[in-house]
Amino acid sequence: MVDREKGLILIVDDYEEGREICAEYLAFHGYEVATAEDGEEALAKARELLPDLLLLDLALPKVDGWEVARRLRADEATADLLILALTAHALDDLRQRALDVGCDGVVTKPVIPKELERQVREALDSK
Amino acid sequence: MKRSTVAAQAAAGSARLDLLDSLQGLNQSDRCVEVTLAWLADALPIEQAFFAAVYEERGCLEGLAGLGVDPDAVAGFHLPLSDRNHPLLVALTSSEPVPFHSGIRGAEGTPLSADEFVAVSVCRKAADAQPIGLLCLGTPSLDDAHRESVEWLAGILATQLAALWYSSAADTARHRQQRLESITEILDVVSDPILVSDADGRTLLANQGAENLLSSEEDMSEGRRRAVALNNMLFSASLFSTHDAEANRREVLLVDPVDGHDLLFEMLTQPLEFEPGEEVTVSVLRNVTDLQRAMQELEDNYFRLRTAESRTRAERDRLELILGSTVDPILVTDSEGKIELTNPPAERLLTSEGSSIAAERRVQGNDAVLTSFHSKLYADSSQRLRDQLSLIDPVSGAEVPVEAIATRVVDRYGEDSATVTVLHDLTEAMEKASLYEQVKEYSERLEDRVREATAELAQQNELLRRQALQLEQASAMKSQFLANASHELRTPLNAIIGHAQLMLEGIAGELQPRQEEKLQRLDSNAQHLLAIINDLLDITRIEAGKLPIRPDRFELPDLVSEVAAELEPLVPAESVELNIELGPDLPTLETDRKKVKQIFSNLLSNALKFTVEGHVSIHTRFDDDSGTVHLAVHDTGIGIEEDHLHTIFEPFGQSETAFRPKQPGTGLGLSICRRLAVLLGGEIRVDSTLGEGSVFTFELPPVYREEEG
Repeated sequence: MVDREKGLILIVDDYEEGREICAEYLAFHGYEVATAEDGEEALAKARELLPDLLLLDLALPKVDGWEVARRLRADEATADLLILALTAHALDDLRQRALDVGCDGVVTKPVIPKELERQVREALDSK
Repeated sequence: MKRSTVAAQAAAGSARLDLLDSLQGLNQSDRCVEVTLAWLADALPIEQAFFAAVYEERGCLEGLAGLGVDPDAVAGFHLPLSDRNHPLLVALTSSEPVPFHSGIRGAEGTPLSADEFVAVSVCRKAADAQPIGLLCLGTPSLDDAHRESVEWLAGILATQLAALWYSSAADTARHRQQRLESITEILDVVSDPILVSDADGRTLLANQGAENLLSSEEDMSEGRRRAVALNNMLFSASLFSTHDAEANRREVLLVDPVDGHDLLFEMLTQPLEFEPGEEVTVSVLRNVTDLQRAMQELEDNYFRLRTAESRTRAERDRLELILGSTVDPILVTDSEGKIELTNPPAERLLTSEGSSIAAERRVQGNDAVLTSFHSKLYADSSQRLRDQLSLIDPVSGAEVPVEAIATRVVDRYGEDSATVTVLHDLTEAMEKASLYEQVKEYSERLEDRVREATAELAQQNELLRRQALQLEQASAMKSQFLANASHELRTPLNAIIGHAQLMLEGIAGELQPRQEEKLQRLDSNAQHLLAIINDLLDITRIEAGKLPIRPDRFELPDLVSEVAAELEPLVPAESVELNIELGPDLPTLETDRKKVKQIFSNLLSNALKFTVEGHVSIHTRFDDDSGTVHLAVHDTGIGIEEDHLHTIFEPFGQSETAFRPKQPGTGLGLSICRRLAVLLGGEIRVDSTLGEGSVFTFELPPVYREEEG
């Protein structure tokens, strides 16, 4: 039972396993999901789909996550998208950098599905 | 009685001539009068007569000679001229014969026996002629003829007597005056003052020089007159003193009337008989002022000369001293090359004093060298010549290379006075030059060595730099490796965990109980593995120094509460009590909060894990002695064996007790804690009793300092 009302989430990660786990989990919990495996695809799909939330891995091929975030923020159409950065590093300055570049939050990898779901929910609720 | 006039006149004339003849040659006045009276007695009928002469100096009329009268009476006849009204004196001035007879004063008292006589003035026939005397004739009167004869006679007598008396006196006086004047004239030529003084000191004669000093005029200045007066005093005093003393040569100090300067005279006095019986003193003043001055100057010059002489001597001595102390040989030669002056070093080279034949020869050799050097100087007619000469030390025979500088000294006429030659020993200079060369060589060698060493050093530096670079690269590679390893290890593990959890949530379908159990174990093992990997990577990072300290200011009590709250779920509610005891005066901590939290969380979770029943207490206090904050976790858990107390901080050194808690640790926790503690400048200690409990104390300096890290 896919519920558009819960929101469309675009999951961007070059790591297939991770991407699939996230997608499966969130879909199970009723979100509509879309995926992208590199920065280029991420930008295209974001502009096309205008998701409610973007889960963005910062380390991406073709165009890296940082750049994706910047471009989306620069584009008026996508400037208001919710972006949660996915990063393996949880260092404070990295967190701050992500926020500076325009992300609304940071989720540390490895992603604990339950934890992820909670953060997504909170972010969507806050909007 | 009248004679025939011609005959009478002729007779009278010849008689007169006879008288004149007789008078001629008589130079005694009384004899003249007697002869005259005798003639008169012939010519006149008189038997008595006398003549009285005027003696001006004595002021009287005195009898001189008589005829037919008592000679004593003549001599005694005396009449003062002051009694002007005396008839006899009046008769003196009369031009006429004056008769006298008794009753007229003066008629008596004459040598004439009768009172009747005629007085005739005997006077020269000049306008202002003074009467010479009075002729008294013993006859009462005279007739004209007789009168004429008498008058003629009186004239003759007057002339004769005048000639005898006045002219001789006048002559003498005039003659004397003339003598004096002519002497004065002669003496005026002499510039020295000359004076002739009489016995009383009165100046008889003074030449012009003397007059300049000793006479003054009315129109002269006061000062001049005073000077002259002074001079006169001084001169007179000197004159009189010569009379007393034997010496006739003395010094007199007078004053120049013109300019007032002192004048010194040498006074020579000489007595002289000017006239028979007249002693005079001749004084000659020789102006020795200049002489004295000249003498004084001479003395001064002499003194100056002596002083200059002694000074010159002193200078010469000094010069000799200087020359003697100079190291360089100096010699002074005349234009012919003959040595005038040498100093000891020069002597050493140019004299042998017959020490040995060899020395003698060497001296000659040196001499020859110098001579040819000097001749070059003169040949060139230059003022100075500089050349290098080779001399030989007469004593040692050693070569003495010298630099000779000869300078010609000319006197003010441009003539050669002397030549000064200085020999500058070059042996030292040469030695120095060779030493210098050596030093230069060594210095160059040293420079080379230094350069080599520097190059080596540079090389080594380069090597070190490269090594450092390599180390850095290695370190960077290590970090990179760690990062990669971390990422590679965790990623699949996360996937495992992820999938397991998805399945457990039923996403892949409903699960059988046994499936669930198996998945559960899969998940927990995967998590365990992840924990171990995380810890390993932590340790590696600490070891690699890749864990930066981020100091933060925070209060320990806040941290304690935070951690306690977070770990609360781990507390077995019924059996275990959790206590917190905070000490007083805890300082604000300035260190890496995250790491402190990690340590404390670890200690607390361990305590909770290993305590089944009893309590877990957290104590904090500030230790004054060590200056550190103590964070202690007490538990009443299983405790640790004594043997294992020192191994528990080692990786995987967990005590091997039978008891295995529900949540096994990674085995790395404590070792990480200890490493972190050390990193923060602190330490973790443990004290434990098996079966009773343990105390883990985290000691931490409140302020993190890099040196200690």
